[in-house]
Formats: sequence, structure tokens, C-alpha cells
Amino acid sequence: MNLRRVALSREYAALAVLVVLVLLNSLFTPHFATVSNLWNILLQLAPVLIVALGMTFVIATGGVDLSVGSVMAIGAAIAAVLMERGVVIAVGAALVGAALIGVLNGSMIASLRVQPIVVTLATLIGGRGLAQIISNNGELMTVSNAAFLEIGRGSFAAVPVPVLLALVATALAMFALRAMTIGRYVLAAGGNARAARLSGVPVRRTLVTVYAASAFLAAVAGLIMAARLGASDAAKIGQNMELDAIAAVVVGGTALSGGRATVAGTVVGALLMQVIATSLNMLLVPYAWSLAIKAVIILVAVFLQRPARA
Amino acid sequence: MADVAPPSLLRLEGITRRFGAVTALDRVDVSFRRGEVHALVGENGAGKSTLVKIMTGAYRRDDGEMFLDGAAVNFQTPAEAQAAGICAVHQEVHLLGMRTVAENLFLGREPLRWGLVDWRTMMHDARVLLDDLGLDIDPAATLSHISVARQQMVAIARGVSLGASLLVLDEPTSSLAEREVVILFDLIARLRARGTSIVYISHRLDEIYTVCDRVTVLRDGKLVATRSLDGLERIDLICLMLGKSREALRLGATAFGGRHAAAANVEPLLRARSIAFAPRLRDVSLDVQKGEIVGVAGLLGSGRSETAQVLFGTAKSTAGSMFMNGAPYAPGSPRDAMRAGIGFVSEDRKADGIIPELSVRENLTLAALPLFTKFGIVSRVRQMAIVDRYMSRLGIRASSADQNIRELSGGNQQKVLLARWLCTDPELLILDEPTRGIDIGARGEIQRLVNELAESGLGVLMISSELEELVEGCSRVVVLRDGRTVAELQGDGVSEHAIVHAMAETAL
Repeated sequence: MNLRRVALSREYAALAVLVVLVLLNSLFTPHFATVSNLWNILLQLAPVLIVALGMTFVIATGGVDLSVGSVMAIGAAIAAVLMERGVVIAVGAALVGAALIGVLNGSMIASLRVQPIVVTLATLIGGRGLAQIISNNGELMTVSNAAFLEIGRGSFAAVPVPVLLALVATALAMFALRAMTIGRYVLAAGGNARAARLSGVPVRRTLVTVYAASAFLAAVAGLIMAARLGASDAAKIGQNMELDAIAAVVVGGTALSGGRATVAGTVVGALLMQVIATSLNMLLVPYAWSLAIKAVIILVAVFLQRPARA
Repeated sequence: MADVAPPSLLRLEGITRRFGAVTALDRVDVSFRRGEVHALVGENGAGKSTLVKIMTGAYRRDDGEMFLDGAAVNFQTPAEAQAAGICAVHQEVHLLGMRTVAENLFLGREPLRWGLVDWRTMMHDARVLLDDLGLDIDPAATLSHISVARQQMVAIARGVSLGASLLVLDEPTSSLAEREVVILFDLIARLRARGTSIVYISHRLDEIYTVCDRVTVLRDGKLVATRSLDGLERIDLICLMLGKSREALRLGATAFGGRHAAAANVEPLLRARSIAFAPRLRDVSLDVQKGEIVGVAGLLGSGRSETAQVLFGTAKSTAGSMFMNGAPYAPGSPRDAMRAGIGFVSEDRKADGIIPELSVRENLTLAALPLFTKFGIVSRVRQMAIVDRYMSRLGIRASSADQNIRELSGGNQQKVLLARWLCTDPELLILDEPTRGIDIGARGEIQRLVNELAESGLGVLMISSELEELVEGCSRVVVLRDGRTVAELQGDGVSEHAIVHAMAETAL
């Protein structure tokens, strides 16, 4: 297969756009191709990518999880409130609490047959409120526990902890999709739910697991943000994160119709969005304009990988 | 025809319609008279719905001519057909469930007053229209709040008020209770008396004989015959539908011996007694022994597929009892059925079988995954071993196990679905139309395989509309009619003739 066909083929469309953008930026954007800037991009990318990985699985079941941003805020709020009892309890409670919200989402979707967009829209709205209730009616709660702050600011063998967490999450997501039953069940339930049920696939349990995982990953991202800020801001953390995550997944090539998923694609999609944001920022393009440019690039990437029609 | 036929309202001549390489209708001639109720029958794939869609302007014909009152017509859209007086009422009512009866009746032609909808006139006109047809329906009721039967009446009333001179009723009784059927038949009689022609599509012979004057039989896209129902014996009608002559039935009776039943007096693998699932399944009983292929025969709509649904736990039986290996069996889901050792290959490969985005390997092992999974991790080695074994045993032709299942032929897809169940090591396999839509080569391979499996001890329940398949393959055949077991044929008693006879008997 020649290079041109690879570049134009649907699977590699987002990657091709990414490569082109990185090349152009390296040539024309001052200070783009520097080590510190690349680390900066990865650091910014980490929380979005972690959320987008969960979203990949949700979308592969044919659903969507709009509540991830609010769940990030809830995770951060729980951790901040419980920090005086020790970092382990605080972080553990944040992750478990978030996962329970995911279980709630998944149960309503699977058992009550309410549409995912409606259920998670409700948790998006209610979750934001809950996060503010937890943090004493929306107070900004500073966190000074040194061990906790390491989650957002520390590094391990020169790799920042958030990037490390994103790498681990990516590896786990790939493993789950390729080597575990849950990966098969997700694709089967999303591809043909009737056939899956008739083949004994536990469709409900699969949905609950997937939404719980999405919420768990959102909480991880929320903790990273709180640790980076040194505070839990219940009104701000994770705002619009659901949209960035969905954009990354869709640009990466996972179909909204369900039944297909690509973790590598999501990584590429998230990277693409981050590179655009960073480079436009470096080129001093006003934020309002950068949104418009982002929109065009999303549409182009999705257009390039639209399913072939006879 | 020698006698002078009454003038026809709509006459179709040489209607042909192709979909790609498939000819759905092949030079079909039929004419509908004014004021007659004309049944249109045929098994799956006969071309009934294609014909109706051409009559009502939903499809274009590739060839042939249509005459309405003697004038050539050529409908481009359903709206044009409706304007000319031809109107279809479908199985599922195509109306707005959240709106009132009156709004539905006048949808798209609401009475206006100063540019606004004149609600009072609309209600009044609706009531007049319904009264005129003898229908006791409140025009102000929300459509989805009234029974399906009444919704159907509303759809018919809408057609009438649009000035329909020919109404097509597509399986109008499929979701009706018996009491509601009576109301519908009343309406049909009233419409016929007014001179409206009705094309009545149904699989239920009793109904056809009750309300219809003539019947047109289609088979495999071709016209078989148009007959007056007066004096047409049921068995002859069924023979027409199945494409058999009565003489061939008799000859066929001894051509295939049929294998002999497994040892009697043994507790059967599966025993079902008087299972029911409204409205299609009323009272079905059957047994399957180990190592035996039991056939289920019946016309379309007789409860064949519903029987499979109840046995496999996708529908819950509302009466009777079931036993697997002597133990009470009441599956609440396919998983329960699987645990009891049952596998099920459904009739609709695309909707209920294949997972379109996944490979042959993942499709083949979907049901058996738990068998080679530890801590949620699939053993790739054992998965591949199973896939390799079944791909070679069943002769599945794919470029590799990683090929997407959609790219396989129908026969190979069906083999993958069979393998999906075989690798769970079931005791009983339910096959619903296992060879439908499959080329002849693969069909033979699948039939041979099913035979081998039964010989090695698997119990098989095979639902089929192919009489040859039932007669050749099965040691026993259970015949269903209108949701009831009406005969159980055994050994030498299994013949096409006997099956057709059982299908044809008048319900008492």
C-alpha cells in the first residue's frame, strides 16, 4: 500500500491530520518543537485523555456519558473534604464515590431503558450541584497535602505523574478491549444488542461496568486537576470536559453508532485536539477564533473517516 | 376464464420488479374487482409486500402495466396512489400515537378557519365519519390510549375519508385479540357493501375463508393462481402456497422414510406442555429426545418462531409447563436457557445473529467466552484452538479468523452462528429456518452437519417451512396451526401429505 493511500484511508485520517499539524507547527510556530512544550502538551492532554478513554467504551456500546465533567468535580470535592483524614482515604473515597455515580448511570440506562443522553444529562446537572453541596455550597477548598499535590505536579523518572496515569489508563483500556471478555461484550452490545443478548452476553452488567469505569476515570482526571490547582473548585473543575472527551473519541474514529472502538484512535484524537489548542494559543490566535478553527478540524477529521457508501 | 368477469377496479399486468440480481416479482398478473375482498397469500419471500408497495406507489415497477378503471396509471409516490383512491393500512399503524383520533383522521388536511385549525369542525367531521362506519370511537381520545384494533379502524377510516376505493389491509389481525377480529370483520363487511375493494393479506386460513371472496397466491415472486374461495378446498390452497400438487404430495409420502424415533418411554430431554404466549402462541406441546431431530411445521404466523422464543427464554410462557431432563424449566432470559444446555440459531441472521463489526473469531466464540476466560481475561490460545477446530469441522470459508463476518456469504455466516452454539457444548439446539436464504451447497453441508450432531446425541428442534427438509431430516414433526399443536407425526407417518393435511384442518 502506498503512502498516499494510507494517508487517505479512513483509519489513519486523524493520524494524518495530526502528523501534518505537528510538522507545520514545528516549521512555523516559534518554540513549538521544544522539549518543554511537548511535555506541556502531554501534561495538558492527560486529564482529557483519561476521560476520553472511558468515553470510548461508553460510545462503543452505542451510548454517551455527559456526566464526566460533573463527576470530575465530585471526585475533587470528596477528596478535598476528606483530606484531613489522610490522602489514602480521601482519594479512595473520591474514586469509589464517583464509580457509584457511574453504577447509577449504567443501571438506569440498562434496566429502566432510559436513553443514555437523558440519564447522563441529569447526572451532569445534578452532579454539578452535588459537587458544590459536598464542598460547603461551592466554596473553593484549598488542598495542601503534599502527597496529594504530587498527583498533579510530581514526576516519576522524569515523567509527570498525570502523563504516567494517562499511559497506564491507555494500556489498561487497550488490554480490556483486546484481551478481556468485557471488550467483546462492549462491542457485541453496541454492535447488535439483540444478538448479544441471544448469545448470553450479560448486556446489563456490561453497561453498568462501562458507565462505572467512565465515572471512575473521570474522578481520576478530577483529582489530577485538583492537585494541579491545589484546590477543589466545584463550580469549575471539569466544565465542558464531556464535549472535549466526545470530540477526541469521535475524531479518533470510534463510531457514535456503537459496535466499534479504537483506543489508539482516541489517543490520536485527544492529541490532535490538544496540539490544535496549544499551537493556536502559541500563535496568539484569540480564543474565540481558536474555537472556530477547532470546529473545522473536527468536521474535517470526521468527514475523512465517514463510512464508505456504495 | 370463460365466464364474463365483473369489471375490475385495478388490473395489474406483467408486473416485474428486481432488486439487484434478485427478481422479487416476475410478470405477475392480477386484477381486483369492485366491491370484493381479495386475499393475497404466500410464504416469506413470495412477493406480497413488494406487490402492495407497487400498487400503492411506494415502489416503482421495472416492467408491466397498471390499469385503474381501465385507464393506465403510473404512481410515482404513495400520495399519488392515495389521490387515485388506493390506500394501504399496515401491520403497525403508521399514525401519530400522541395525537387525538380526530387529528390523525385529518392529518395533512385539517379544516382551517382564518388560517388556523378549526378544531370544532374537525371534531364534528371526525364523529360523522366514525359514526358512518359504525365505529364507536371517541374522536377526542389520544390514539395511543385506544386499543390496537381501534387504532387500525382509525387508519381504515382515514383511508375511507381520503376517498379510497381500494384498501390494502396488511395482516390486519396479527396483533388483535379474537374479540377485536370480529369488530374488524364487521367493518370489512360494511365497506364491501359500500363497494370498496379490499386486498386482504393474511396467513390465517380461517380468516381468509371467513371474509374473502377470491384469493391470489404468490410464490417466489411469481403468480401461482387466482381462485374463487368458494369451492376451493383448504388443502388445495395450501398446496398452491407451498408449490406442491396434491399428486406430488402422495408420491412424496414414501420417498423418504424418515429416521425412527429414539427409544420411547425415556424421560425426554425437553418436554413442553401447553405453553402459550399471547397473541400468537396459544397451546403448544412437544418433546425432544436426546439424539433426535424434531421438526416444527406450520404456516407463517402459526406460532413457530414464538415457540422458539418461549423455549429460549426471550418470551415468558404464560401457561403450561416445561421440563429439561425432567427438571422444571422456566427460563427468564437466554442466559437461563444456555445454563440449561440449550442453544438457539434464530431465523433472522442479520437482526438476531451476527455482530456486524466483529470478526469471525469473535462472533464464533461470543456465547462460549466464559468457558475460556479467567479473571475476565480471554485465553487467546484456547480461543484460537476452538475457532480453528470449528472452522475446519464446519468448513467455514473465510480468508482468516480475523475477517469481518459481514464479508462472508450467508451460508458461511450461518455456519459461524451454528459453531457459536456448538462450542458451548449444548444438549439441545433450536434451529429456526436453518437453511433459509442459503445457497444450495452450503444448505446441504448444514443439513449433513445437523444430522451428524443428532447422531452423536444432540437433541435438535428444527423449525422449517421447507417440507422436504422436515420430511427428510426429522424423526418426528409437530404441526402448529394458529398457535396450537394440531398434530404430531412420527416415523413413517411423517410425510408432506400428512403435514399439509394437518395444516389445513379446520379449527373446531
